[in-house]
Amino acid sequence: MDLIPAPSIDLISLAPALVLSVFGMGVLILDLFIGKDKSILVFISLLGLFLTTVVTFAKGGLPVYSFQGSYVVDHFSIFFIFIFAISSALAIMLSVNYNRQENIKVGEYYSLILFCTVGMIILASSTDLIMIFLGIEIVSICLYILAGIRRNDARSNEAALKYFLLGAFATGFLLYGMALLYGATGSTQLMKIALALKTGKVVSKPLLLMGAVLLIIGFGFKVASVPFHMWAPDVYQGAPTPITAFMSVGPKAAVLASFFRVFVHAMPDMAESWILVLSIVAVLSMFVGNLGAIAQTNIKRLLAYSSVSHIGYILIALIAKNSLGSASLLFYLLAYAFTTFGAFAIVIILGRRGDEKLEIDSYSGLAYRHPVLALCMAIFLMSLGGLPPLAGFVGKFYIFSAAIKEGHVPLVVIAVLNTAVSFYYYLKVIVYMYMREPAGEFHPTLAPLSLLVVAIAVFGTLQLGIFPGPIISLAQQ
Amino acid sequence: MIPLSHYLVLSAMLFSIGVLGVLVRRNAIVVFMCVEIMLNAVNISLIGFDNYTDQVNGQIFSFMVMCVAAAEVSVGLAIVIALFRNKPTVNLDEFNLMRW
Repeated sequence: MDLIPAPSIDLISLAPALVLSVFGMGVLILDLFIGKDKSILVFISLLGLFLTTVVTFAKGGLPVYSFQGSYVVDHFSIFFIFIFAISSALAIMLSVNYNRQENIKVGEYYSLILFCTVGMIILASSTDLIMIFLGIEIVSICLYILAGIRRNDARSNEAALKYFLLGAFATGFLLYGMALLYGATGSTQLMKIALALKTGKVVSKPLLLMGAVLLIIGFGFKVASVPFHMWAPDVYQGAPTPITAFMSVGPKAAVLASFFRVFVHAMPDMAESWILVLSIVAVLSMFVGNLGAIAQTNIKRLLAYSSVSHIGYILIALIAKNSLGSASLLFYLLAYAFTTFGAFAIVIILGRRGDEKLEIDSYSGLAYRHPVLALCMAIFLMSLGGLPPLAGFVGKFYIFSAAIKEGHVPLVVIAVLNTAVSFYYYLKVIVYMYMREPAGEFHPTLAPLSLLVVAIAVFGTLQLGIFPGPIISLAQQ
Repeated sequence: MIPLSHYLVLSAMLFSIGVLGVLVRRNAIVVFMCVEIMLNAVNISLIGFDNYTDQVNGQIFSFMVMCVAAAEVSVGLAIVIALFRNKPTVNLDEFNLMRW
């Protein structure tokens, strides 16, 4: 009788996810023994994120495949883990004062952010459809709870419900796509799927194509690309602001990482089929995102639509599917993380309990009262728009050059035109801040940690914009 | 042996019923149930493929799907209860504080 071979378990390559899980559970347990003051949990969560980035270096000789090729540690995943750690740390730092102000006194809040980050790490490192599915679900379920964490606030509840229903619906599509892909190629591992496509050992072509389309729908929902973006503005508006910032950066980056792995690494041999679909999605995302943002009067909804349009730009990096494409994806997401967190940090600083100052009108004359805050906001908005010498410009530049290298000129022309449109609404906010008379009084809550986030974000935006060299060469590995 | 196409057709039909239900019904709980039908329809295809190709990946996948579905339902029902405390209804059309 044959013995079942014992699977080789390589815990070292799983170390970042394990360390963070332990810290997440630690926070959860410690929460039982401390009183109303949750600041120690913040410290422990940040420590956990720091240790996670340290242990990502535990593996040498990359790329290392483990768990029979279901999990990989490579430069791509390590760079993503950095982005996740930065975005989660910034989200936690922003939450401290916001939670005090909004009276959110639950310790689970921080552990959910950590667990969500675990999901993102798994998502970015897995090369097996089963693991990808698990990663996406860990991320999503944590986010459903975080979106509705203000239990007594009707908007927060509504955001959680809408996010949950549409997210679960999208999960169904994603899963069906994975099942069909498995059926058509006979494997759940991305490497074996790529091999089956290369050698033409596909059981049925229609199943494969349907699987790919359903996967695009599923991933499209999770990253909020048009026509699957309907949930984004409502959820962004209703969720607590630090969570809005968090979910527009980290989870999206994680899903994009796996989107990239599934389509560019596993299905390069049927690229002509999915490039067309993705191009349509990208163009629609840019147009609907930018035109939708023009009509908004609420700053969180404006940033939501702007994030939809940014997904359009980022999808161009996937369509380029070359090494510059993956480097530009990494760079763009890092730049986007800094600028988005900066913009949301200013929104949080300006708000206070009962008067969140979310209407764009309420920014009138901010530059006369608080010139530094207004200047920082202007830097972030211009970077989102893509003005040199800020981070957003360099990111867009690399994405567009990757696409041009592959001959996608029409796509780049559309993207550049859209960038011009996007300046309209970014400048609108700046015009309100600098050229209108102050409408009311500002009572910014200048908490040290929130200000630190702004400082980090300004530094990151300028650093990536003026000296992009080191980061780009890191990303190109 | 039952041919693979039977599994796939059944699964596709159940999946379509689930999708239609999510789109048509307005009761939050019924919409949850329709999402569950979608997930279980996928399980049927996964097991069908396994039966046909002599592998176990799909069976393991379907276990994972069940676990995730259970976790998702518990979170979803908790969200509905939180909503119900603020506004005693489960009709989705009445949650319209923010424009869709």
